[in-house]
Amino acid sequence: MPFLRATGGRTAPALLAVLLCSLAATARASELFVSNEVDDTVTVLNGETYKIIATIPTDQRPRGIFATPDHKYVLVCDGDSSNIDVIDTKTMKVVRKIDTGPDPETLAMSPSGDKVYVSNENNALVTIINFATGKWITQIPVGIEPEGLGVSRRGHTVVVVSETTSMAHFIDTKTWKVVANILVDTRPRIAQFTRDYRELWVSSEVGGTVSVINPATHQIVHIINFHIPGIDKEYIGPVGVRFTPDDRTAFVALGRANRVAVVDRKTYKVEKYILVGQRPWQIAFSPHHKRLFVVNGLTNDVTIIDVASLQAVKSVPVGRLPWGIAVIP
Amino acid sequence: MVGLLTLALLAGVSQSFWSPSAAAHAAVRAFSITFLRKKYHFNPEILPSLLETHPANLGLAGSQEAIYELNTAGKFIGWNFKLNVVTVPDGGNLAATAARLLARGPQVIISDLRPADLLTVSDLPSAKNALILDMRTTEDRLRQQECRANVFHLLPSQAMRTDAIAQYLVWKRWPRWFIIQGPTREDAVYAADIRRSAARYGARIVAQRSYNYNPGSRRSDTGYQQIQTQMPLATEVSGDYDVIFVADETDLFGDYLPYNTYAARPVVGTQGLVASAWTPAYQEYAALQMQQRFDLFAHRGMTERDYGGWLAVRIIGNAVMRAQKTSPLPMRKYLRSKDFLVAGYKGQGLTFRRWDNQLRQPVLLSTPLMTVSMSPQHGFLHPGYTTDTLGFDEPETKCHF
Repeated sequence: MPFLRATGGRTAPALLAVLLCSLAATARASELFVSNEVDDTVTVLNGETYKIIATIPTDQRPRGIFATPDHKYVLVCDGDSSNIDVIDTKTMKVVRKIDTGPDPETLAMSPSGDKVYVSNENNALVTIINFATGKWITQIPVGIEPEGLGVSRRGHTVVVVSETTSMAHFIDTKTWKVVANILVDTRPRIAQFTRDYRELWVSSEVGGTVSVINPATHQIVHIINFHIPGIDKEYIGPVGVRFTPDDRTAFVALGRANRVAVVDRKTYKVEKYILVGQRPWQIAFSPHHKRLFVVNGLTNDVTIIDVASLQAVKSVPVGRLPWGIAVIP
Repeated sequence: MVGLLTLALLAGVSQSFWSPSAAAHAAVRAFSITFLRKKYHFNPEILPSLLETHPANLGLAGSQEAIYELNTAGKFIGWNFKLNVVTVPDGGNLAATAARLLARGPQVIISDLRPADLLTVSDLPSAKNALILDMRTTEDRLRQQECRANVFHLLPSQAMRTDAIAQYLVWKRWPRWFIIQGPTREDAVYAADIRRSAARYGARIVAQRSYNYNPGSRRSDTGYQQIQTQMPLATEVSGDYDVIFVADETDLFGDYLPYNTYAARPVVGTQGLVASAWTPAYQEYAALQMQQRFDLFAHRGMTERDYGGWLAVRIIGNAVMRAQKTSPLPMRKYLRSKDFLVAGYKGQGLTFRRWDNQLRQPVLLSTPLMTVSMSPQHGFLHPGYTTDTLGFDEPETKCHF
């Protein structure tokens, strides 16, 4: 909906620009890229019709998936092939492979997109790669089974969580040294900064909680618990975390509880549990944050949640064992 | 539960624990764990299959791998763990060795011992305040009449195993069972557990037979020819059944049953489809990472006993690094509290039952190559933990500490 934002311009060129924008938008809707761990593919869905527009073969065991800041590429970690597949979002083809070292699980990028941060799950390492050249800048030893990566506002800090060591490790990107280690609840999966970067939320899948960390002091300031009537506590496994643009609301995917929790960012109170497909892990917003996409690993689909009404609108099929999601506008 | 734990930590633990800069300057604290085992006489030639191996570091390798993992975490927050391996020779004086260890003060001991030896150690007066983690036994009686307050059991009991299989058979609608039972005392216990599981879940024992098989030498040129005629005879009964439920805890004959039975029926129990805490083939719930890590370390697959040894060390690690409990009695209290939880690649936290110190856990159902299912099965409910549908629940317990 480009008309909503294109205001203020009264001259003809401005109007023309608005028109061109809208033409471009109709010519190309947003796209959802979903990695399918078992199929060795990435499913691309049209962001408005949710129809499958491409199924892109990857190397083995694609999991972590990330769009470059300029949206020209989508990067996929192929765990059993020790590389990243670089997908050109125009041609929908793998145009390049980047060596990551063994078992890359997931990735993030620096704010400018010049560096790729990869968690090497089997080697307890984070590998830092120059995106342009594919050369390794360094490798940093962290805890066992590193997974989710969070990047601070200017990229001065990268946080990685280690699932078996149950820590959030803070890495200084000037020195590439680990500067803080915070013990969190068991099996942390995701580290997500709030939009204002004043808090870092870390989800603990087996612990069943989300730890809210002050990134300045490295202290845990709050632990969020989830209670769902009729669902045993051992099934509550928080993984994916995303914040609305106003930073007032967080969505937390709860794994085998088959729900997404809606959490008040300020009070940390859970306001609602939205029933989705089975074992939701990763979640992502549509470009204008009107929809939340929930990837359901066991039902092989993506549930679409309307953010305003907090209702699950529908679920659409993707590949087998879908894992991660990246959205490009 | 975990939230409570962490909040309690936040409130109770000094700032230095959470402050990385302070931790970096603090001295490294050491924690020593005793791994107590006995070198039992074992003749590998009684193993029915050439593919079965009996590595010397069975069980121990799991604990060693976990020590490495703890120290990976420990180096970030100033803890170092050591495994003190004590091996008593076959025929050696276990009681004297254990007493010498315990004379140094209350100990945290991982027990890689058979039931009688475990009781020998746990009943020593000086072991009263020790913490003994039993990583090896499965026998019901150690969780029932012969339970001990200083012993925590990590692997599923026999009753948990028959319940795990039973739930799956009921879910499959295979409710007619033919029990074939070996000659040992533990076979009789396992067979009684099968009958108990049948009664709990509405299955029927349609036939029952004891089988006194003397395997003799298993290395022969033409052994299968006789097996092929013996096993159909052993499994011919009047009336139909859905499965043969075999109770052969010492692997005397159970592995000869599949494809040799009189009727075309699957074999479950101690052989065939078996229930266990772990197999080298299990890869769900991120177990793949564990399997790969273990293989890199030990250059072989991870067995159930290795998993027991691994769990024991991870449990101690949680008590020390998470709860800051460093002596056995507070550790025991912590393990029995609502604050405790250990992750064991089962998709949920594992905790101890307060009534018998048994670790509650989902149980795998597997063939040698594949995981077939994992119990509790969907639909079997419990007011507390669904995993408490497996084994002796609180109202049934004969354990009174």
